This record gives sequence, structure tokens and C-alpha cells, in this order.
Amino acid sequence: MNEIKANLILDAKGLACPMPIVKTKKAMTTLEAGQVLEVLATDKGSTADIKAWAGSTGHQYLGTLEDGDVLKHYLRKSSGEEATERKHPNVATNDELLTKLQNNDSIVVVDVREAAEYAFDHIPNSQSIPMGELESRLNELNKEDEIYVVCRTGNRSDFAAQKLAENGFTNVINVLPGMSQWTGETKSINN
Amino acid sequence: MTVKAMTSKEVTTKVFNKEKLFVLDVRNEGDFQDWKIEGENFSYLNIPYFDLLDGVEEIMNELPSDQEILVVCAKEGSSIMIAEMLSDEGLEVSYLQGGMKAWSEHLEPVKVGDLENGGELYQFVRIGKGCLSYMVVSNGEAAIVDATRMTDVYIQFAEGLGAKITHVFDTHLHADHISGGRTIAQNTGATYWLPPKDATEVIFEYQPLENGNDVTIGHTTINIHALYSPGHTIGSTSFVVDEKYLLSGDILFIDSIGRPDLAGMAEDWVKDLRESLYERYRKLSEELIVLPAHFMIIDELNEDGSVSEKLGTLYAQNHGLNIDDENEFRKLVTENLPPQPNAYQEIRQTNMGIISPDDEKQREMEIGPNRCAVR
Repeated sequence: MNEIKANLILDAKGLACPMPIVKTKKAMTTLEAGQVLEVLATDKGSTADIKAWAGSTGHQYLGTLEDGDVLKHYLRKSSGEEATERKHPNVATNDELLTKLQNNDSIVVVDVREAAEYAFDHIPNSQSIPMGELESRLNELNKEDEIYVVCRTGNRSDFAAQKLAENGFTNVINVLPGMSQWTGETKSINN
Repeated sequence: MTVKAMTSKEVTTKVFNKEKLFVLDVRNEGDFQDWKIEGENFSYLNIPYFDLLDGVEEIMNELPSDQEILVVCAKEGSSIMIAEMLSDEGLEVSYLQGGMKAWSEHLEPVKVGDLENGGELYQFVRIGKGCLSYMVVSNGEAAIVDATRMTDVYIQFAEGLGAKITHVFDTHLHADHISGGRTIAQNTGATYWLPPKDATEVIFEYQPLENGNDVTIGHTTINIHALYSPGHTIGSTSFVVDEKYLLSGDILFIDSIGRPDLAGMAEDWVKDLRESLYERYRKLSEELIVLPAHFMIIDELNEDGSVSEKLGTLYAQNHGLNIDDENEFRKLVTENLPPQPNAYQEIRQTNMGIISPDDEKQREMEIGPNRCAVR
């Protein structure tokens, strides 16, 4: 099974409810906004509880992988990214990108969310380059390509698009709002 | 203050006695809405335990000071934590021992009545899930009908009465709960009876239960007549015990009737269901006391906690027995049905012996209400 990158791994194996959530809550406070936590648990009820807890606290529940008896839950700490102002001028809507994909236009879709976010829900054939790795992985992209940058809500992709433009990429488009409202086909590590 | 454990048996007593109880259910909202502890005079607050990790101050003014408070969760761990937090705030509270898991498994035996020539009939009320099973006892022998998977309860109960279990029946192939019939038969050497039309796919030996079978418990004192009454399943069979009681399985309930769709055959079985309810049962004495395999709502419990009613009264009051128009009847039992029971396909396969999940898995499969009826 593919490994999914996380900033912190919490081992809550063998613990019964409520301990997996109690420990998850504590671990979350040590993370920075936007970072990913992986929780290992064996309590079957933990999936529903982590999902509901994330919903009520504003953190992002990304998904769960089953590895034998162990459940691996992935969460992303809430980032408050909705508030920032976007600067990259060249933008497209989700629908515009969807049309391009349906027409099989020769474009490149770069997903700059964390690897764990990408793993559970992404556009087929999109390329995963998490924001934090972009600078060191610019050589994986071609400067002349028509590059659509997506994230969850359009903010990280805005930064990424700016970064690409600064580095000489000429045809970079930020997709708004991004995966949070994506209605087209997606792929997940679970199917 | 110390936190007390309350057992499912104690809660059952409160349900039967219509006592007051304030239930603080700390499971997820969805789980609570789907299935909770029901009591006529119970009141509720549902707030997930994980919303209270920083403290219980915010709910203190929603909790009564003049009523017993019971904290409930799925398995008990979270309810103990929340109960202790409330206790630190000066409240005296209890938690449900074993949580909803234990509640789902609790069986409360209630004596339904004495039989001719000294026998007794007991109903086992599975209060948390609405399943009803039966034990007929006579002259040192016992028969069990529609046993749940908590087989020790029946075996110990029979031992307590000094009775040997000789016959075990299932009225039909159950889809809402895992039958304990086969296990009890294996452990006691009793004969396990199943309607053959429901048992075409079972992979174990059983005694075919057919219309007109008479089984005797004790010294020829109690007769159990099998009465073929299809509709919930094609094999569904009722029993007339001692010419006084009608064990109706999942065909007829107190305030509802059986649903024909759980084996995927709703359209085909509607006619059978109607014929069983409107013709076969009609020919029986109205004085028979109906003992169903389920109750749906807590209002169906009698004063003593048992679930029963005279057949004549049901013909007068049960809506499902009073629909003259066949199309209307068809609509009632095939359209707008309640959701199907949790894991009902896997439960059917378990009851056929095709799959053998472990105890933990069986528990999980049975979680939730039974939903075998339509009203």
C-alpha cells in the first residue's frame, strides 16, 4: 500500500474510545495550520468519531486507510486560508477547467495540496506537487505548458501560481475555487 | 462524588415502571438519531463526547437537578469520562455499564402466563432492539422460539427452572438479528426446527418445520402446532401453543405488520402476506393471545413489560389488518418502507451458516433498531 506523507503520526492503537479522540485533539495543537496528522487506531468507532470531531472543530478530515486491523486516519489542521487576498491575475473557474479536461486539451493540472489531501480525492491525471515542495520540484514541469494549479479553495494555488510565474512559467492559471467544490470525476487511493 | 454504573437491567426496570430518567447520550448525532434508549418518561440530551473534551460547563444548565442522569455512549468508555467530569462539577450521575452494546444485548425474561397442566410461557424482551423470543416450559422440558445469539441467557434460565431444552424453533430465517437457535441446539442436544422454504440455502442439518407439525413439550401436555403463514419470508411459520397463544413471528405485530421485502421479494410475497393476515389468521380463535417476534415502539409494552394482545383486539385496532383495498395494502407494504435493518444481508447469511463472523463482528452487525415491520 502506498505511504501517505504526514507531518505527525499519532499511535492510538489498542486504545478504546474516548482515548483516540482525546489524543488526536492534543496532537493537533502541536501542529501548524495546514499540516497533516496521521492517526493509527484499532477502535472501529474511531472513523465515525474522528470524522464528526473534525467537522465540529473545523479541521479537515481527509480519509481513512485500512491496513489489516489498523485504521489510518488523515486529518489536516484548519488553516483559515479563506481570508487571504489572491494576487495571481490569470484565473479559471472549476467549470472552465472541467471543459478543458473533457475536450482533452493538452494541459497540465498541478495539485499543490498536501499529499494526503491528494491521496483521497484528486482529479485523474493531475500531478501532485505539495506547496512546500514546489520550489525544489520545478524541474518536473515545462515552462511552456498550459498549467492549471488547483488546491482546496484557491489560496495555496494562488501562491503556487505566483511562484511559478516568478520562475519563468508563462502560462499558469489558478483554478477557483478548487477541489472543495469540484464536481468532475475524482480518484482516491481507496478505489 | 463517585460515578455509579447502571446496568441494562436497572434501566429496563425503569422502562417497565415508566420511571423518569434523563439520558445524556454522548454518541455521534447520527447514531443517536438512528437508535437510542427508549422510555416513556425518559428525556434526552445528545451531545457528542468530543465536543465536551474542554469541559462540561456549557451543558450544565441543560441538565436537570431533580432527576436521575444517565450518561450513555457506545461502549462505556466515553460515558465514564463525561460522567466523571459532571461529577467533578458536583452532579450525581451514572453511566450505562457496557454502553449501547450491552443495551442491545440485554434480555429481560417476563412470564406471559401459565399453561394448562402446569406449564409456563416466558417472553424474553430484548428491550434495546425490540426482539422478542419465547420459552415454553412443561414438566421438566423446555422449547425455545426465535432465540437471539445471547444463548447463555436461555440455557441458564432453563437450568434455573430445572428444565431440559429439547426443541428450538425459528419462525423464519431472520434478517434483523443473528439467531441463537443452532448454537443452543448444538449445546443442549435439542432438535433445531426451521421452515424448509426459508432454509434452501442453509448449510447445516435441521428438522424441517412444516404446516401441521405438532411438537410435544413435557408429558403430552403442551402442543405446539405449526401454522404456515408466509409473507415476511416465504417460509414464515406461526405457532399455536396450548390452544391459547399465537406466536406470530414477524407476520403480525401489536401495532404493525411484517414487511415482505427483506429477502428481496416484496412484490412476490405481498399476496402471501395478505393471505396469511386476512385469511389464515382470520380462521383462528379471536381469543388467542398474539405473541410477536418484535415490538417497534415502547408504547407496545404492557404494564408488566410483556408484549402481547388478543387476536380479536388486533383485528379491531391494528391498521395493517384493516385495509380492505388490496392495492392500498400492496402500497403500504412495498412503498415508503422504513430503512432496512443494519447489515441485514450479512445477518441472513450468518443465519444460513454461510458466513461465521466472530462475536465482535456479530455485535456490530446487529447494532441499531430492528425495522422488521410496516405501520
